[in-house]
Amino acid sequence: MPTINLPSVLTPLANGHHTLDTQGNTVGEAIEEISQRFPALSPRLRDENGAPYPFVTIYLNDEDIRFFGGFDAPVQPTDELSVVPAVAGG
Amino acid sequence: MSATLARPTHALAALSLQCAACGRPHEAAPAHVCPACLGPLEPWYNPDRTLPDRNEIAARPRSLWRYREWLPFIGRPVRCLNAGWTPLVEAPRLAQALGVSRCLVKHDAGSFPSLSFKDRVVASALNAAYAFDLQVVGCASTGNLANAVAAAAAREGLDAWIFIPHDLEPAKVAASAIFGPRLVRVRGTYDDVNRLCAQVADRFGWGIVNVNLRAYYGEGSKTAAFEIAEQLGWRLPDAVVAPMAGGSLVTKLSKGFGEFLDAGLVHGVTPRLFGAQADGCAPIVRLVERGDDTLIPVKPATIAKSLAIGNPADGRSAASVIRSSGGWAASVSDVEVVEGIRLLAETTGIFGETAAGVTVAAARALVKSGKLSADDEVVLCITGNGLKTTDAVVDSLHIAEPIAPRLSEVASLIQQHQT
Repeated sequence: MPTINLPSVLTPLANGHHTLDTQGNTVGEAIEEISQRFPALSPRLRDENGAPYPFVTIYLNDEDIRFFGGFDAPVQPTDELSVVPAVAGG
Repeated sequence: MSATLARPTHALAALSLQCAACGRPHEAAPAHVCPACLGPLEPWYNPDRTLPDRNEIAARPRSLWRYREWLPFIGRPVRCLNAGWTPLVEAPRLAQALGVSRCLVKHDAGSFPSLSFKDRVVASALNAAYAFDLQVVGCASTGNLANAVAAAAAREGLDAWIFIPHDLEPAKVAASAIFGPRLVRVRGTYDDVNRLCAQVADRFGWGIVNVNLRAYYGEGSKTAAFEIAEQLGWRLPDAVVAPMAGGSLVTKLSKGFGEFLDAGLVHGVTPRLFGAQADGCAPIVRLVERGDDTLIPVKPATIAKSLAIGNPADGRSAASVIRSSGGWAASVSDVEVVEGIRLLAETTGIFGETAAGVTVAAARALVKSGKLSADDEVVLCITGNGLKTTDAVVDSLHIAEPIAPRLSEVASLIQQHQT
């Protein structure tokens, strides 16, 4: 079952969990599944149209999901998703 | 909202923060993300604070702290007191080569102590680390920031964890390692390193200058704008060309010029801002060209490694301020980058790194396309030193075979030169 890692700023909205098991065949389905279980997380992970925010990056294993179709990117049971607020360069 | 003190017992305190996306206030903290919307946090400046006039500023020591009322602290800085105040160099031969009326070089390639404009942002970040009593600092870096953090941490006696892509230029690796930090080379691109550092800052609570100290760090870039205005005799140029990696510098130049206009220290309008990237990593240039609001990340492939950020966090902000200023953006090939480095060196005596080559070559392209005009007074931001990226240019240079120590051989060389 895929897992999803949350930044500390979001863990209070997921009963203190840094890592959650999730379900789904795509990134969007996995985000939907944890949003069902933790409704307060939903508006932090996607906008009112269900799309990713420009200032929040989601990684599928080590890759930005935007290189694989965004929320449509396929997810395997062993995959690891990470939610990372965007940070500056240098 | 009041500007809260992070450490009331310290002589220096950091300003409180505010979300740039939703506007919610946030206490002064080593934090960069709004808990409510995950938007970026930025310092909140009391609009009623007392500001110095031109004479007061001019009488202060020549460092970036002469503008301390526009930096995110209350009280006097305690670290990196000599950073900033780099020369603004008249460049008439470069102006002629580019085809503009006047050209000046903001010479951060000579910045103290680590020869890049990152000394500005690190000066601000390490004072924030002091305010928050953080004993471990670090960064994700394409090289220049690594040098700046390692140097400043060594001076201040702080532990430093420096994360860099594994394939950086050898000189940039050495120019960090010499200061004795924990230098971590990561197999991956800068964007991989940046993501890792976001997770490191989240888990270990260190002061990662461009992650959880980012709100304070970024403000240091404004001082380049302040210095340009003061060094021009308290006025603004027509145009400024700057390299773009994460997009923060262009954004902060805009903010800095705007703050001096608001303070009445200069008059007129914000200069037209022009951003420069390499063809092999130009997501912000493409965003400016398309005119929409969606940044499309790329996989970098360029010799300009200090600009090789495929997912620039401030890319949308940079594109926005460029367009609203009436400026534009341009990208250039790696061949043009080398030509730009050489043109800068041969016309100004300044040896800039690959990002400088990008900036000069982009300025040339912007003149050709008519975005910069022959009447323009242009400032080029040269942000890093060429001694760090000699590998990029050495193959393009003619380095003659050695001669015997005989006068006749020199005479022969002179004859060859004349023919």
